[in-house]
Amino acid sequence: MSDYSSLRTPSQRVAWTATIVISTLVFIFLIAPILAIMPLSFSSGSYLTYPLPGLSLRWYDDFINSPRWMSSLKNSMIIGVASTVLSMVLGTLAALGLAQWKSRLKPLVLAFVLSPVVVPGVITAVGLYFFFAPIGLTGSYLGLILAHTALATPFVVITVGATLQSFDTNLVRAAASLGASPLYAFRRVILPLIMPGLASGALFAFATSFDEVVIVLFMAGPEQRTLPREMFAGIRENISPTITAAAVILTTVSVILLATMEGLRRRNERLKGSSG
Amino acid sequence: MTAASVTGADAPTEVPLKRRLKRAERARQLKALALVLPLLLYLLFTFAGPIAGMLWRSVDDREVRQILPQTVAALAGWDGKDLPNESAYAALASDILAARASGTMAIAAKRLNYALNGFRTILTSTARNLKAVPEPGTAKETLGKINPAWRERATWTTIKDASGPLTGFYLLAALDLVRNVDGAIVAAAPDQAIYRSVFARTFIISLSVTALCLILGFPVAYLLATLPPGRSNLLMIFVLLPFWTSLLVRTCAWIVLLQSKGVVNDSLHWLGIIDEPLRLIYNRFGVCVAMTHVLLPFMILPLYSSMKAISPAYMRAAASLGAPPVTAFLRIYLPQTLPGIGAGSLLVFILALGYYITPALVGGAADQMISYFIALYTTETANWGLASALGAVLLLATVLLALLYGKLVQGQQVTGGMKN
Repeated sequence: MSDYSSLRTPSQRVAWTATIVISTLVFIFLIAPILAIMPLSFSSGSYLTYPLPGLSLRWYDDFINSPRWMSSLKNSMIIGVASTVLSMVLGTLAALGLAQWKSRLKPLVLAFVLSPVVVPGVITAVGLYFFFAPIGLTGSYLGLILAHTALATPFVVITVGATLQSFDTNLVRAAASLGASPLYAFRRVILPLIMPGLASGALFAFATSFDEVVIVLFMAGPEQRTLPREMFAGIRENISPTITAAAVILTTVSVILLATMEGLRRRNERLKGSSG
Repeated sequence: MTAASVTGADAPTEVPLKRRLKRAERARQLKALALVLPLLLYLLFTFAGPIAGMLWRSVDDREVRQILPQTVAALAGWDGKDLPNESAYAALASDILAARASGTMAIAAKRLNYALNGFRTILTSTARNLKAVPEPGTAKETLGKINPAWRERATWTTIKDASGPLTGFYLLAALDLVRNVDGAIVAAAPDQAIYRSVFARTFIISLSVTALCLILGFPVAYLLATLPPGRSNLLMIFVLLPFWTSLLVRTCAWIVLLQSKGVVNDSLHWLGIIDEPLRLIYNRFGVCVAMTHVLLPFMILPLYSSMKAISPAYMRAAASLGAPPVTAFLRIYLPQTLPGIGAGSLLVFILALGYYITPALVGGAADQMISYFIALYTTETANWGLASALGAVLLLATVLLALLYGKLVQGQQVTGGMKN
């Protein structure tokens, strides 16, 4: 499908070489910072410079034995998991509804549902701060979970909606004609088929909450500080190698999420390939 | 129609069937709506409502009205051409005594001080020196003696302008505009006018980052779209890994790389290119580099999908018709990537406009974007009216661009569908 092997003229070859060289530089630009920060977390010294004076796990030790970092990791998990569950319920229902709903209002409703992604974080955060403070939802887990769910749900609606688009509704009719109740058909026919979409929606939702910091900055009390919030404070004050250890832990989480996502995508493509 | 031809002799049952179908369809639609409704209500409570509340705060102005009610009432009929009459002075004196007793003076003083620098001092000195309600007919004299500002028209127009319940004051202030003593809208004094330059700066940084992303992203997207799927999927990891990596991790990484004893400066020094460390961070350069890094995947992905949809046959056809590669690229390939360029650029620009974390961490004082000021006025100085007004302007810009983006992406999907 590609025409890169059929390059004939010298100018085409020059252009192609230039593309490769520039792209390589951009790939280095994209990946180098993430790779550069990792070895520093294993340094035995306390300066963030190369060459490393020696290898040590002291900064990971520091991270694990710091009540501040561990509670922030715990908070990130609590808030992340809770808002993932809540956004999965709301988002999946909405995606199922939107797939069947025929109305001229649909683009408008869809735009509204997706708007939390586009609206700048500061605006959402300030609005929520004014709105949640008088009803006691700032400085609480519930407030943060509710806010993160609003940010994460659009991603669930998009991913689950995309899966539903390729879903064959005749299967539901077939199930119904064989006597399955709608709920049974959903559980045994629809759910297994849209599972990859649900899983990637959940990953997106969790990643959104796990990385969110602006709302946490405005709304979290000292009890609810999350890992990104703690990193923000750490970067502001003075970057210590403990922060690089936290960064490596966060990056590991991202790599796991990305790998799961890739796995789901490949599985999906394989399924599509075998059916079509 | 088909139902009639099939049922033939049973024609009379056709009408109920049609009606039944319609009813079933309506029930289906209601069920669909019922599934979407929970999310709509949820977003109303946790997203749209709060933002509407913020917008409301940008025009809400009831502090002075609540704390100086008699004064506001007395000024209602004042035409603002001359000094107000004795009754307004008497009302103010009585309001000030009441506000001093209830301890609410500071709130009104804060609001009035936004509009007229030094108003806080005028009010506090008056409150301190006012011993008792002045005798009838002497309020004007008494107040004027305590503070000569009460003999000036501007002092009184400031109170009248702030008497609410709605105001354009904060929205005007967000655009460096004020109402002068005669009620006309004029440019704010140069030492007070900062927001236009903040908006301009926000715009320039976002535009530079968008341009950088486009320049860097275009060749990468082209490469990924041209290589065979196996290899391009492998290279895609270079785009997706940063995309999934925490914003804080990436910002932190750039600080480590670019600081004066950082990796980049050390390497340049070691190579003998520089003697003194370069200042690469806490300035505009650092902001642009870090933001470009964060937003580049948002450019590459839409570009990639638009390029993936371009059939190589077009370029071969152009070549076979004798077009030199540059002409073929400019006249055939580039125009087909324009929807992708538009979508990617708009997306990056919209996201850049609202950025807060990265400039706050790697920028200097002169690189803070509009979000920084919104956050500042919300949490530090508690000037919520101004924070909301700046937020309203930013939101308006974002919504307009998002509508444009929606139009563009929709059109793109249609053409993409047609090509497949």
